[in-house]
Amino acid sequence: MTGPMSQLSTLSDGELVQRCRSGDAEAWNELVERFSRYVYAVATRGFRLSEEDAEDVFQEVFTRVFTHLDTLRNDAALRPWIAQLTRRLCLDSIARKNREQPASEPVSEALTADLDEIDEAFTVREALTTLSEPCQEILDRFFARDQSYRTISNELDLPSGTIASRIARCLSKLRVELEGRRSPPAGSRE
Amino acid sequence: MTLRDEERIGELLRVLPPAPMGWVQAAQELPAARRSLDEVVARAEADAEFRKALIADLEATLALEGYEPDRRVVDELKRRFSES
Repeated sequence: MTGPMSQLSTLSDGELVQRCRSGDAEAWNELVERFSRYVYAVATRGFRLSEEDAEDVFQEVFTRVFTHLDTLRNDAALRPWIAQLTRRLCLDSIARKNREQPASEPVSEALTADLDEIDEAFTVREALTTLSEPCQEILDRFFARDQSYRTISNELDLPSGTIASRIARCLSKLRVELEGRRSPPAGSRE
Repeated sequence: MTLRDEERIGELLRVLPPAPMGWVQAAQELPAARRSLDEVVARAEADAEFRKALIADLEATLALEGYEPDRRVVDELKRRFSES
């Protein structure tokens, strides 16, 4: 989320899949962008793979998505498909490692909780994409990129004294958006 | 929802930091890599000399012919030629 928001970011998963199938390179870029954080988090935060193994899983997930996109029966099921694929490839990676190093730690019992939290986080990110670009940008920088007020102020050319209040306002809008999703049809979009 | 919910939303936003840029770019370049692979395979099927050169030294032949040495393309070609 560093440049202008892609127009494709408003497409549903199903619409995105259809455009990818027709060979639309920009749609593919958007698909990777949309799911890259999720796949990365599942591999590194969920399964705690090393960076090297996580990168292999990451590339393999997108390679398989790209090569098997035609076999997806329900285009709207892209998210569960990618989720399942990522988990399976992470487990394969761990199994391979365990064969090489039998002493390595088994998958933790906390895994399910971590994966649930990642899924919840992905839903929040989806809601984030419905906010205005400035809101998306400032929330992403502060929370996901862990940038300081000063950095945000410098990079977005905003008065430093307004950063905290902007974050609070945008967070409140995001909360409203999420509330609307939980109790439709009251939700409003900015 | 309350302020506590907003704190929780903030926590959840932290759960998904960006993936390394290089990983994302490599995944986004997959279609181009696939096209490159198809092109090399088609050419190898049509040109026996090219195919021979690929089997003898894959990376060097690709580089000589101006193909980008994408690791996935190289790995896939190795796999295909080892099967043939």
